[in-house]
Amino acid sequence: MGRYLLTRLAFALLLVFIVSSAALLLTRVVPGNFADQECLTLNAEQCRALRDRLGLDRPLVEQYLSWISHAVRFDFGQSLLYSRPVGALIGERALNTALLATIALLLATIIGIPLGIYSGTRSGIGRAIVRAVSVIGVSMPPLIGSLALVFIAARTGWFPAGGMTSATGAEQTWAAWLADLAAHLPLPALALAIPMAATLERLQSEAIASAAHEPFVAASRARGVDRARSILRHAWPVSLRPVLGLYGVMIGSLFSGSFIVEVVTSWPGLGRLMFDALKARDLFLVAGCAATGAFFLAAGTLVADLLLAYTDPRVRSGERA
Amino acid sequence: MIRRTAIFLSALTLFAVIGPWLAPYRAADAFRDFLHAPPMRPHLDGRVNPLVLADRLEQRFEPDLSRTVKLPWIEQDATAPVFLLGADDFGRDVLSRLLYGARTSIGLSLVATLGAVLIGALAGAWAGYRGGWVEDLIMRVADFVLVLPVIYVVLVLRAVLPLVLAPSTVFVLVAWIFVAVGWPLVAKGVRAIVAVERNREYVQAARSLGASPLRILAVHLIPACGGHLLVQATLLLPAFILAEATLSFIGLGFPDPVTSWGTMLAGAGNYNAIARFPWTLAPALAIFAIVLLTNLLASKPIEDRG
Repeated sequence: MGRYLLTRLAFALLLVFIVSSAALLLTRVVPGNFADQECLTLNAEQCRALRDRLGLDRPLVEQYLSWISHAVRFDFGQSLLYSRPVGALIGERALNTALLATIALLLATIIGIPLGIYSGTRSGIGRAIVRAVSVIGVSMPPLIGSLALVFIAARTGWFPAGGMTSATGAEQTWAAWLADLAAHLPLPALALAIPMAATLERLQSEAIASAAHEPFVAASRARGVDRARSILRHAWPVSLRPVLGLYGVMIGSLFSGSFIVEVVTSWPGLGRLMFDALKARDLFLVAGCAATGAFFLAAGTLVADLLLAYTDPRVRSGERA
Repeated sequence: MIRRTAIFLSALTLFAVIGPWLAPYRAADAFRDFLHAPPMRPHLDGRVNPLVLADRLEQRFEPDLSRTVKLPWIEQDATAPVFLLGADDFGRDVLSRLLYGARTSIGLSLVATLGAVLIGALAGAWAGYRGGWVEDLIMRVADFVLVLPVIYVVLVLRAVLPLVLAPSTVFVLVAWIFVAVGWPLVAKGVRAIVAVERNREYVQAARSLGASPLRILAVHLIPACGGHLLVQATLLLPAFILAEATLSFIGLGFPDPVTSWGTMLAGAGNYNAIARFPWTLAPALAIFAIVLLTNLLASKPIEDRG
């Protein structure tokens, strides 16, 4: 177990290193840099001074090495676009994305798993309805889903259609701010959660249907355990393995989806920050965002795998499943 | 399953090819007096009440009940155009643009799918056939690409390229970017199949007859993966259509005069437009329909098993 954890941590570090370096180098070597746009309004001398100050004309290797040596000390440099330390900028935005992603994942689990257990163990009209809804849900990628939800919000006014808080400008109490946030959260979280919930439902349904046919479930019924208990206590834990395996895969699509939802619903998250940074060729901010994203990705897959190991004794003891 | 998938793919291809011919107007035809005209409903006899501007300030239209015009496929009247799906912010027919956009969006996705399947099949087959460090290297790279969130990879690759390019250049570039993120899934499946098939008797027979590795791969092993390749193509196509829509939506795809489902959504995706002119979201519905069809096709074998 200890060795497994170590190799996984090493892989995570490698991922963060490769992704952020690649982002920095890619942004650096392509034609056009941050100063090009600024220089449109400056004369030649001011322009040269600006390039000098930002260090944009330094050789690539020198620039990269200096960035790396600072980055290992958690100093990610200054954002050219916002003139603020990259670390502080990313801190705020990453929190927003993490909030959105966590709530969406919780929503998807709360909706998807019980429905999957239901549709996997019952037959009849209820199952048919759940199946139909879930096929529609799977076909509702975040771009389409968020557009549809904004449309519903605009028509009905049930919830605010964009942003993270209403910009009132006035000083608010904690409670009011929290209530405001809670009102803005459902739309983006739901847009992100719908396809995930549907995917979870389908997988859980399939997994529990095959687990319910196992002899030990029939045996538990024969011993007089009632139906609900035999499904929840005997069949469900066995069916969890493929379902938990899906969580590791979903982390990546959670990130992709959250970017689109952030753009459509103006949620001030990491995705939008990176998008703006890319367009402005703000290399340190791009690299910082990429590093943070890669970190979340690695951490997410690691947690998912550990969860899998925890529920499956075969993985825990190092046996091949 | 395989036959149904093949039919679905060819139907989409056909739609992309003939779509623009079915359009009543050209994609760029702009009717300036009919900005944001709502969809019009034809009568049972195929005639339509033309629209008149009821309120210029609110941009509100009402049907002119006193007269009717024919459908645009039969007869066109420049002063009374017929918008079955409404008009966009330039007064262009949404239905026509949807049909023209299908060629760009589906066409790009088809090219990218073909490329991804081809490269994925070659890489996977080579890895499975050669084994050893070649296999390790190819599969490590594939796994690495698969871990990354697709949209971010596409975004970074597209954003580091010059932002303003000719439409044909964008087409080629974006197709290559899609190939770059799409091939690993294909390659993994092909490698697994080839690794098993290469030990079968027919491959050994071919080898003992003196067939070169290239010939064995091209004539025997890759055809053995046909079903897998078709299924992967069916899954990649809608994903690429969606990716094009996303790229163009955020302004990194096709430039505006090009009609694609993504550029159409880019104009329709803001709060004001969604609230007041929801018919401009028609491409979103089209994408949803394609993804839904794909999912129905893909979920069929599960149902069959019981």
